[in-house]
Parts: sequence; C-alpha cells; structure tokens
Amino acid sequence: MVTRRDFVQAAIATGVLIGAGTGLARAAATQAITQADLLRFEPLGQVTLLHFTDLHAQLQPIYFREPSVNIGVGPDAGLPPHLTGDQFLKAFKIAPESREAYALSSLDFIALAKEYGRLGGLDRMATLIKAIRAERPTQTLLLDGGDTWQGSYTSLKERGADMVAAQNLLGVDAMTAHWEFTYGQDRVKELKAKLNFPFLCGNVKDATWGERIFEGTKVFERGGVQVAVIGQAFPYTPIANPRYLILDWSFGIEEDRVRAEVQAARKAGADVVVLLSHNGFDVDRKLAARVEDIDVILTGHTHDAIPQSVIVGKTILTAPGSHGKFLGRLDLDVKGKRVVEHRFRLIPIFTDAIAPDPQMGALIASLRAPYKADLDRVLARTDSLLYRRGNFNGTFDDLICDALLKERDAQIALSPGFRWGSSLLPGQEIRLEDLYNQTAITYPAAYRSTISGAQLKSIFEDVADNLFNPDPYYQQGGDMVRVGGMSYAIDVAKSVGQRISEMRLADGTAIDSAKNYVVAGWASVNQGTEGPPVYDVVTKYLQAQKVVSVPDRQAVRVHGADARGVSS
Amino acid sequence: MITTGPTRRDVLSLALSGSAVAIAACLFPSRAWATPADAKAALEKLGPGTPQPGKITINAPEIAENGNTVPIVLDVDSPMTQQSYVKTIMMVADGNPLPGVARFDLSPVNARAHVEFRIRLAQTQNITAVALMSDGSMWTATKNVKVTIGGCGG
Repeated sequence: MVTRRDFVQAAIATGVLIGAGTGLARAAATQAITQADLLRFEPLGQVTLLHFTDLHAQLQPIYFREPSVNIGVGPDAGLPPHLTGDQFLKAFKIAPESREAYALSSLDFIALAKEYGRLGGLDRMATLIKAIRAERPTQTLLLDGGDTWQGSYTSLKERGADMVAAQNLLGVDAMTAHWEFTYGQDRVKELKAKLNFPFLCGNVKDATWGERIFEGTKVFERGGVQVAVIGQAFPYTPIANPRYLILDWSFGIEEDRVRAEVQAARKAGADVVVLLSHNGFDVDRKLAARVEDIDVILTGHTHDAIPQSVIVGKTILTAPGSHGKFLGRLDLDVKGKRVVEHRFRLIPIFTDAIAPDPQMGALIASLRAPYKADLDRVLARTDSLLYRRGNFNGTFDDLICDALLKERDAQIALSPGFRWGSSLLPGQEIRLEDLYNQTAITYPAAYRSTISGAQLKSIFEDVADNLFNPDPYYQQGGDMVRVGGMSYAIDVAKSVGQRISEMRLADGTAIDSAKNYVVAGWASVNQGTEGPPVYDVVTKYLQAQKVVSVPDRQAVRVHGADARGVSS
Repeated sequence: MITTGPTRRDVLSLALSGSAVAIAACLFPSRAWATPADAKAALEKLGPGTPQPGKITINAPEIAENGNTVPIVLDVDSPMTQQSYVKTIMMVADGNPLPGVARFDLSPVNARAHVEFRIRLAQTQNITAVALMSDGSMWTATKNVKVTIGGCGG
C-alpha cells in the first residue's frame, strides 16, 4: 500500500512535488509535505522569535499523541489549551485526518501516525532554524523554554551534558528551566557554566536570604530593536519535584517581581518585553491579565500545542507543544516601543519531510554511540498503543502500574502525573530507550508501603486540587496521579476534599478508609525513599511478558468537567 | 571565625529589633484548631471599627514550599510621618492551632511600614493582616496559602 508518508519521502528525494496522478496517488500528493512548505512564512517587522520548549531530551524523532482529556476549570474552561478532539479541530478550523489534525490532536492517532510518520528530531529542527536564520540573520532570537535536560536515557546517564552540547550547537540564545533542577543544585551550576548563553531564572532565590541565584533578564538587539527577555523558571519546582535536590533555593510565581522586572527593562530602554516562561499556560494567561506591559509570553510546562497565538489584553501568548514536535515562529513589527503587528506559525516538524542537519546529526550520533547497545535493547513488543498525556491514566501509565503491582506484589499502584514520554504504536518493539523516555528521573525508587484508605483519599484530593483548583496560581504542576489496581470517581468542579469518591479495588470492593492497603509507586519527592529503580522494575516485567496489550481502562470516572476538554 | 563587619544575620536582627520593633508571638501547639471566627475575634481586639480592604499588601507564596517556614512580607502604604503613620500591624491565620501569628508596633521612626518574617502553617488556610493607622482607621488584606504534599509535577 502506498501511504502518504511514502509521498512525503518521495517529495524530499526528488525535491519536487509528485505530479497529479489518479485516485490514491492524487489524494496523497495533495497531502505531500515539503520542507519549503513547512518553512513558508511571509516575514514581518524587525524581530523573529523562534521558540521551543519541553523538549524532554528528545534528540530523536518520536511519536507523541496529544491529549484527549485536558479539562479546563474556572475561568479557563473551554479555552485553549482545554479543547480536545473535534472541539479542537473546530476551534482552529482544522480538517479531520489532515496533517495538522495528526500533529495537534489525538483523533485517529494510530492510522494517521502510520501515514504521516514521526515528528521531531533535533537534527530536523536544526535545519529549520538554520534556514530561518539565513533568511533573517540579524532579526532572529532562539529561545528555549526549559525541560530540555531531562527525559531520555542519554540525558539521565550524562546528567544533562548531552543536551547542553546540543543546545550550544543549535545556537540557543537563552533558556529557562524546570526539570533541569532535578539534577541537583551543584550539577545545575556546573552545566550552566558550559552554556554559551544565559540561564534566565529570575524567580529562583536563596531559600534563607532571598538573594537571586540567576540572572532574570537579558537584553538582545535584533533588527535594530532592543528585546528584553525575562526568564521565569517553573514556580513550584521544590513542591512538584524533590526539594532536597535544591535545598538552598526557593521559587514562586512572584508576580510583583515579574512586574518590577518588566518595568526595569522598559526603563532601561527595552522596545519589546518577552517573558520566557515555564509557568504553564493557565498561569501565564492570568499573569498576562495582571502584569502590564509584557508584549509576548512564550509559554511552556503544560506541553500545549496551540496553532494560533492567544491574545490577553495587549499581550501575545504562544504555546509550541513539546518533545521537539514543533518550532514556534513569531514575527513582530515594533513601532514606538509597542508591537503593532505580529504573525505566528506553529511549524510541525514532520521528520520525513525535512533534511537532517549534518552537523547536528553527527553530534547526536556521537552522543548516542556509547549507549547504542543499551538504547536498542528490545524488552518486549506492544500490540496496543502506548501513550502518556492527559489529565488521567494513559496506557503507558497503566503498563507501568501493571509492572509495579506484579513485581512489587502490591494491591494498588501509583504512578506520577508527568506530561512527558513518547508514544509507541501497536506492533512496535519496546526498547530500553522507550522505557526511559517514560521514566528517566533522578529519584526513581519504586517504593512499597502500607497506606490506609483515608490516606489514599487525602493524597488524591491533594493532587486533584493541584490540578483542578479554579485559580491557576494555586495549580502546582502535573496531571492527576495515575492508579493501578483500583478505580475512583472525581468531580472536578467540587472543592478540595469533596472531589474524590467511589474508590474501589479492581475487583469492585469498596476501599475502606480504616483499612490498610499495600501500595507500590515511584517518583516520591521524599528523601530516603527506598526501592529498586522503576526502570529496572518495568524492564523485568516486560522481559517476562514478551508481548503486552494494554486496553484503555477508564479507571477514573469523571464528573463536572467541561465537555470541550474531553474526547475519545 | 573572625568577622570584620556586620553579617547578614546581624543586619537581620537589627532590622527586626530596630526597624519594626517586632513582638512576634511564638505559638504553642494545641489540640483545637482555630476557626475563621477565632481569627476575626483576635483581630477585633486591635481597635474599634471594621477594617477596610486596601493599603496593606501581603507578599507570600500561593503554595508553600515548606509549611514549617513560610516567608511573609507585609507592606503598608503610609508616609510614616508624625502626622500620619502606621501604629500596629497584626496578622492572624485561621487554620493554625491558635489564630494569632504576629503583632508589630511601629512609629514614624521606622520610616517604612515594612516587615518580613516567617511563620509555620499547619494546613492550607487564609492569612489576614490588619494595619491600624494613627488616625484610627484600619486596613486589611487576606491571602490563601496552600500547604500540599506535593509531587507529580509536570
């Protein structure tokens, strides 16, 4: 069968679009994607901001299924990014089954993935960046929103050094951070010293004395315009991730400090003020409405791929997805210290349509070479789609929970609500690299402990309030903790302590608040957590299983949600 | 260790003793929890009348990194002259064993109505600050600070 993907490749090989044929061939040709097409952009004004974020150390092309459940609460209900499935396509006028539908939504994911292929690959992104820089040599600024150093086997083994080498070669102009901090404060300082560009984290301060640890603002001249870039690290790093790794540092949204930093930049002569943020989209939407005079917020953390800019007052917000799937290009026309016009394109990085950059390709190959045997080690095969992304369990989470239940002999498994991790299609091998793409953290101990039903409920209530609090400033980070061996109901519209009900074991028995249960989990933020690393636990499980098939289990019954953020 | 100048710790102590004349109450654990009504009653002792929202700002984290030591900064908009100054700033927390957290008596000598301190918060709760001005007016602000078990983030 000739797939559209074959035509993508054919188009690159010949450098031209395949001419009109008949039937399938014509349908395929009209869908063919070329590098020139992906780069097409009518330049505007003096400044081009290129932005990627939440790469999660993905140097290689991947499949990544966007969420089918991304519920907005309070003022954010029904607004992007809290639109999924058909609602998303409708809001952005995207044709079903089109390449945009594939890149941006979860609809028909398996079928479309087979047609359009993988996305990303830093060698492909490098090609696009070089082409845009060639076109706009003095106007371009390349900004990295953080979560770059963590999320792969090589980044864990190299403790982020592989990603720093890649960032330097890519020519990043500034970055901010979140998961970077999970390598510990000493390692962050070591790696920062190797960067060819500033590490902007104005909201990180000494935990005792409040003195600033990093620069907050850097001013660049581009196209004759003074562009101030203010970096905002993930405000809840010491809460969402282990505080003991960064014990001397304190974070926070610090809205007043952001305001002061914006005012100081303006006073110093900035024509354009850009917030390079790892706050998360809803936090930034609120911040944009409360802090005056920010021209652009380049958002990150929540992994949202939004194909158009979002305007709040006079502030432009953009969200370029995650895992190297997209590059955001924002052109600004600046007159009299104001952005008078802007143009945005979320460029999907269709791997097969873009010629890899030879230099970046060579660097990536050299970074992977020492680990090649481990990366490629096949642990099992999957007969079903494996993914993680969405407010509740994905099938990769279910697989990890199955492994915890079996290998740690537990009644209930808990797995963290991380947003990162690549997807695998039915029929693909699960290699060690794929498993690490889901689990590569510096606090991997798979604990086993006894927890009462009442404690379990209070954990779920606490995490749910960190996700569904109607005030985004009180949302602490990731998605809902994933569960195995049990199910529950959640009413997202209720307040803390009232959301969780109907907690049951897998066999239907109600979970008794007074009874104790054996619970296995991983990624505890507490120091001294004991247990084998989760990647070893799941490796053992997969090697014993040989073939896995994980259906969507619907372990969570959701009430009170805005239907625009829920699709199949 | 030989020190040749004031350390940051010295400066901080000076700031506490000189600039703000702090009389921060240390609390003892108790079995009962305070309620919003207890907190309101504690504030009513400050003076007659109802505090109006405004003039005082609370700078505190939305979510505490460590509930055992939550940094709080209070500022009151006042010229701090003999004619017009802040006499007292008081803070209460409605979800701690006892509602009273701190009381600061100020005078024009302080030049700025600005205090910084750290408090322990047992659980997610509202913290409320009230400023009593030299003209007898009272101003208030409230902020919710969340205390969470954390984890799972991003």
